[in-house]
Amino acid sequence: MLDAIWGFFIIGGILTAAALGRMDMVTAAVLSGGKSAVELAITMAGVIAMWSGILKIAEKGGMIDILAEKLTPAMDFLFPSVPRHHKARQYIAANFAANFLGLGWAATPAGLMAMKELQKLNREKDRATGAMCMFLTINMSSLQLVTVNILAYRTEFGSAAPAEIVGIGIAATFMTTLVGIIVAKIMDRTG
Amino acid sequence: MRLLLVISDFIIPVTVLFIVCFGCLKRVKLYETFLEGAKDGLKTVVDILPTLIGLIVAVEVFRAGGLLDIMTNLIRPLADRCGFPAELAPLSLIRLVSSSAATGLLLDIFQNFGPDSFLGRVSSVMMSCTETVFYTMSLYFLSIGIRKTRYTLPCALVANFVGVIAAVVLVQMAFGK
Repeated sequence: MLDAIWGFFIIGGILTAAALGRMDMVTAAVLSGGKSAVELAITMAGVIAMWSGILKIAEKGGMIDILAEKLTPAMDFLFPSVPRHHKARQYIAANFAANFLGLGWAATPAGLMAMKELQKLNREKDRATGAMCMFLTINMSSLQLVTVNILAYRTEFGSAAPAEIVGIGIAATFMTTLVGIIVAKIMDRTG
Repeated sequence: MRLLLVISDFIIPVTVLFIVCFGCLKRVKLYETFLEGAKDGLKTVVDILPTLIGLIVAVEVFRAGGLLDIMTNLIRPLADRCGFPAELAPLSLIRLVSSSAATGLLLDIFQNFGPDSFLGRVSSVMMSCTETVFYTMSLYFLSIGIRKTRYTLPCALVANFVGVIAAVVLVQMAFGK
């Protein structure tokens, strides 16, 4: 699937550019794309390393344990195939908590570690498990309650009430997550 | 509003404070543990760098070639017919692919219609209840070598679609058109 999308982006992009006479722009995109990825990685490196360090303290202190423990009923429902007290549950819990609070950069290392732990429970190493599909679906349904940067942009552009959309945003986020979970559950059952 | 911004200023420091204090109480070797985690974090970034390069180059090529514009133009009349504001069609599509490009479009909408317009409000909500699906999925799956992603993409797309519709409908209900 990912191969297909990636191939489509590259091949489709270049062929359209050829048809529209925009090859110079694609040349620039190829060159600048790699550069911006490395720049992003450098920014990320600092923040992710910082949060991974903090996360490790939370882990060793047993805080993530407590968090995962509190989420047990939800985890049992969402990830029945992941045994209780498995590390995957802890990282998933940490990822969800960070996402809720809008700490996207802290969510990424926890999420990647959760995937690594889920992979240990996987028998077919190149095929996603139901738990992985569920985890990523929830992750991509957006969990963040208040998107601070949107509020900042609204303020910047002179909104009279920048935060008036917060309630609706939370309602919409709740709906996307709920629908994501339901669809993933149904798909899991039907194969 | 003020309160929300103040709270958001507090979230990161308070989270860090809370975790470090908790660790302190539990007699965790703070600095040593931090370094151990930070090292893992750096390794993670190095591990995902190739994925990141592949992703960003693909998205940039896709955008620069003009295919994305063609696709949004194709969706426009369709959206119009369903009563969905055509100005938001590009945003809902680009949001799946690139967060920074979507932010650019959001700011265009703010610029042209104002953040307190119907479009401004809907796009604000849309940005907060959707996610860059292509990026997240590639990053997480490729980091562990999964190629068969099964039903993840359809689920994420359905959830995003619901978010877009919910944004339009809820804003209409709350503020009118």
